[in-house]
Amino acid sequence: MNQILEARDIVKSYGQGSSKFDALSGVSLSVTAGETVAIIGKSGSGKSTLMHLLALLDEPGGGELLVNGADASKLKKSQLNHLRNEDFGFVFQQFFLIPNATVLDNVVLPLTIAGVGAKERRARGLAALEQLELTDKAKSKAINLSGGQKQRVVIARALVNNPKVIFADEPTGNLDSVTGAIVEDMLFKLNREKGITLIIVTHDADLAARCDRQIFMRDGREDKAGIVK
Amino acid sequence: MRVQDVLASAVRNSFRNKLRTTLTVVAIFIGAFTLTITSAIGTGVSDYINTQVTAIGTPGIFTISKATQTGIVSTGPATYDPNAAVSSGGSVIGPNGPTGLNGGTAALSKEDLASIAATSGITAVNPLIAVTPDYIQYANNGTYKLRVNTNAAISKASLAAGNQLNNSTSDLQLLIPTSYLENLGYTDAASAAGSTVTIGIKDYQRVSHTVTATVVGVQNETLLGSGAELNTALLTELDAIQNTGKPTTTAEGYAAATATFDPAMSSANVKALQKTLADAGYSAKTVADQIGTFQAVIDGIVGVLNAFAGIALLAAGFGIINTLLMSVQERTREIGLMKAMGMGSGAIYALFSLEAVFIGFLGSAIGALVAIGIGTPLSSFLSNTVLSGLPGLNILQFAPASIAVIMAIVMFIAFIAGTLPASKAARQNPIEALRYCAELNY
Repeated sequence: MNQILEARDIVKSYGQGSSKFDALSGVSLSVTAGETVAIIGKSGSGKSTLMHLLALLDEPGGGELLVNGADASKLKKSQLNHLRNEDFGFVFQQFFLIPNATVLDNVVLPLTIAGVGAKERRARGLAALEQLELTDKAKSKAINLSGGQKQRVVIARALVNNPKVIFADEPTGNLDSVTGAIVEDMLFKLNREKGITLIIVTHDADLAARCDRQIFMRDGREDKAGIVK
Repeated sequence: MRVQDVLASAVRNSFRNKLRTTLTVVAIFIGAFTLTITSAIGTGVSDYINTQVTAIGTPGIFTISKATQTGIVSTGPATYDPNAAVSSGGSVIGPNGPTGLNGGTAALSKEDLASIAATSGITAVNPLIAVTPDYIQYANNGTYKLRVNTNAAISKASLAAGNQLNNSTSDLQLLIPTSYLENLGYTDAASAAGSTVTIGIKDYQRVSHTVTATVVGVQNETLLGSGAELNTALLTELDAIQNTGKPTTTAEGYAAATATFDPAMSSANVKALQKTLADAGYSAKTVADQIGTFQAVIDGIVGVLNAFAGIALLAAGFGIINTLLMSVQERTREIGLMKAMGMGSGAIYALFSLEAVFIGFLGSAIGALVAIGIGTPLSSFLSNTVLSGLPGLNILQFAPASIAVIMAIVMFIAFIAGTLPASKAARQNPIEALRYCAELNY
């Protein structure tokens, strides 16, 4: 078993003194390469905070976070950036597309940041768009796409760097049920065909049920009883 | 991120909000345009002055006069000295009275000349002979006032036609300025060269005499003033006439003298020599010093204009800060996304400060180009009209080096202005940036 991510009793709080708010108060979990994990819970349950910590976008206030067995707190900032750039892909509820840039430019953004040459960027970007059947939209401006197309562009952007893990925060939250289902299918297909680990934050029980494992969050803790339900 | 990608994104980003960028660029343009024009004036004038100094200046000669006594207002009049030489009584001014202020200016006595000659470094001292002829006449075209330029001894003429004066001949020669041609009845400069003119002058007893001399050349107007220049033979001749019938008791004195020194002397040594003479109460000036006075005035004017341009650029700098702060605000989510995707703070910083530098580049490049585009025809127009009296002066001269310096300065100001927004962008927390304005759905 290859433990790609492991959290040991991680804690995160915001604010200070009387306004201190514990977003996470001791959560442990481990994610094996190639599995699909759903983090479910109501708003304010700490599920997004947990995802941000696992995705190394934030530092835990306590506990340990291991990436490929290495302590994340011991990694330098540039190593963290490198890790996120090469091994992680992100799909958010909002699309975060650069509105006036072309679809292709949006898709290859992680490669541009990585410093990949223009020619290779183009080839890899077009390959990612082809997988999501968006080749004909490569030169369109992102702002001119429909919601479903935008989310497909986002998925293309998430997989263009061949990541090991894709973090999806409410990936279907902004889509109607038909397009939402298509986007879900695409994510699970990537998991099956490429072995990409999926960590999906959602409050949609049906989407959570399609995952190998569900982590139910309540008030900053994992609610083990929630899995039974 | 590759350097060329950062550069390309910075350029692209600066065009995202075209109106805002354009307005900021206009602000910089105004400063850069003014700076380019003023520096062109500075270059044009100093270039002209340098040409004048090298063209007409004779190295190794000072013009020496008694240093003007200051402090009369605060201390009252100085004690009267009956033996002090006053130039009005000497051979300098002649029978028509002093041309200077009432009572004459302090003059150099024979003792002064001797003490100047004794100064180490000075090889020779010659009093300047000033003559005041009444008129000049060519053929039968009427008589016109003749003004003699005493600077002939320390400069060589910039000629429009003919030859330089020959000071070792016994022929009576003079050079007339281009402005005399029309009135005297010449068709052009070439026809004047070699012609014979009549000069009228009165002696000490106010008896009129005439002298016939040859115009050997026609000279361009210079900053050292206009007037005819006479060779030694003609000067001596006129001086002799002027002093005919003069009482022998009159005290001798000279308004000015020329002192020669080694032309190869270093400028530091020349300065030291001037200081020595100044301490002894004499004002010693080279041609470069005399012309340099003009440069100091022009430099002052250019400096003031540059200060205005600087203020415009300062204001434009705040425009850049404002523009970029708005840009950072608008692109908060984009910055958050790029940070989440592993873009380092340094690259974000570079992205925004390059955007600022690019805006600075646009403003300064357009400013310089427009300044050249307007200034070049304007300069030649002025040279042919208002400034035609000063041949060789191109008031606006655009030096590539100074334009490059101006652009570098403007881009540097833009860079400094960009540091605040750029560091604000670089410091952003990716999670908060991603949450920012979540209702904006793109």
